[in-house]
Amino acid sequence: MSERKAQTMTQKILAAHSGHEFVTVGQFIEADLDMVLANDITGPVAIREFDKMGKSEVFDKEKIALVPDHFTPNKDIKAAENARDLRAFAKDMGIVNYFEVGQMGIEHALLPEKGLVTAGDVIIGADSHTCTYGALGAFSTGIGSTDMAAGMAIGKAWFKVPPAIKFVLSGEPSEWVSGKDVILHIIGLIGVDGALYSSMEFTGSGVAALSMDDRFAMANMAIEAGAKNGIFPVDDKTLAYIGEHPSETTTKHPRIFEADADASYAAVYEIDLSKVRPTISFPSLPSNTKTVDEAEELSIAIDQAVIGSCTNGRIEDLEVTARILSGRKISDGVRCIIIPGTQAIYLDAVRKGYAEIFVEAGAVFSTPTCGPCLGGHMGILAAGERAISTTNRNFVGRMGDVRSEVYLASPSVAAASAVAGVITDPANL
Amino acid sequence: MGKAYKYGDNVDTDVIIPARNLNIMDPVELATHAMEDIDADFANTVQSGDVIVAGKNFGSGSSREHAPLVLKVSGVSAVIAPSFARIFYRNAFNIGFPILESSEAAEKIDAGDEIEIDFKTGIIKNVTKGENYESQPLPEFMANLIDKGGLVEYVKAK
Repeated sequence: MSERKAQTMTQKILAAHSGHEFVTVGQFIEADLDMVLANDITGPVAIREFDKMGKSEVFDKEKIALVPDHFTPNKDIKAAENARDLRAFAKDMGIVNYFEVGQMGIEHALLPEKGLVTAGDVIIGADSHTCTYGALGAFSTGIGSTDMAAGMAIGKAWFKVPPAIKFVLSGEPSEWVSGKDVILHIIGLIGVDGALYSSMEFTGSGVAALSMDDRFAMANMAIEAGAKNGIFPVDDKTLAYIGEHPSETTTKHPRIFEADADASYAAVYEIDLSKVRPTISFPSLPSNTKTVDEAEELSIAIDQAVIGSCTNGRIEDLEVTARILSGRKISDGVRCIIIPGTQAIYLDAVRKGYAEIFVEAGAVFSTPTCGPCLGGHMGILAAGERAISTTNRNFVGRMGDVRSEVYLASPSVAAASAVAGVITDPANL
Repeated sequence: MGKAYKYGDNVDTDVIIPARNLNIMDPVELATHAMEDIDADFANTVQSGDVIVAGKNFGSGSSREHAPLVLKVSGVSAVIAPSFARIFYRNAFNIGFPILESSEAAEKIDAGDEIEIDFKTGIIKNVTKGENYESQPLPEFMANLIDKGGLVEYVKAK
């Protein structure tokens, strides 16, 4: 006989995937995996560990995604060798969801778009921003290469059931405020370890005011508060998105889980979206936030603006960038690099005329890649240089030399700053 | 026994092993870049058995398993910190690289102190200062996984 236990959304998903009626905080479980992901950096290490495990086959050819997106198109010979090894493994194992350059996109923009992740899934990825898929109401978390190898081998991963922190969102964001501003504001509030080992559950009437692209950006940066996962309730917008993005390769079954009203939370934060200002993370921690108003007073000149990444390379990000750059020019002395998340987003931007706007403004419009976000290629900073970037980390040396600086912001703030040459509120352009 | 290297809070995986080096797959070659963005001397001076002592949230950021791996290959015998970022914690454990949670040790150990660790009891001995510190015991599940030889051996047996 088991008495009913109130559970969070994350706990319910984990219980359903581990053969339990309910799970409790701190309990160790082994969960069945719906998708296992790796890229060209973590994949080769995972393959090395997989080979040690003595398995000749992967657990399910449809439930593994391999996406060479970090150092591709191959930035140098070593990167080419790693991409080659990933490609060969995918072929040898008959892995269905391998995406070659030309179909490849930034993994966390690509998998939802391809319908490979859905509501109620348990997903692991050998990339810390795997938490992005929480926007769809999935439990999704980053792990390392050995866990990824084990996931490929047996389709399971062990987890310690996390406690949760609830963020009750209300109101509607004002113009020029996006999901990116909301999550930077929250990280500024709770710190880079404010949600360590925990779930961040976003809820409340304000969720309805956030687009799916806003939610992806927010769930994406849950890791920047130390969280195990970030998760949104499933609503009409989620179901519409899932319906519009069916998988061509893999059978998926969305399942809706809801937190119990009396579930227990380690902390509860009330966030009024109408009061959130465009927010910027100053070097060298995502939690080092200031409002755009405070930043403008400091007249911070920039050398580079990067608009893209798994956080902000989606179509709404390019749309707002085009809106700001239309009829304007990038400031002298600023390099503006715009990177769409996927080939479909790229094509959409071409068809909608954004590509023309970007090039006429004097910006670079690149093929999808993680590229400069992690200091890989396509926009590395020299000593003393400063970038405003829509990416997710501004650690020391993240985009280049250890003496360079990265300021994290939304696409609208980054685009406005690229035009003005200093960090600027788009409302004041 | 080894000497302590001391660092602050939020030591992230981008400084433990900068991403620009992640095209290198050979762990020994990769380890020559360990910690280079916060401590240019680390890779040249680290000796087998040395320990890293740091502030809270050690290993934050990326999921790259290369981070605990380069420290292990460098000869570091353990990292001691008040708390660890969860993916780093998990990765270290999966590859058999010991990490110990102890606020007291992290606070009291100074750079260069000689440290001895009893991994059975979790007692951290500061030989230089003549002090002992306790660390958090491992959860039973994880201790069992270690007994089975780590995650690779665990999966092999399945």
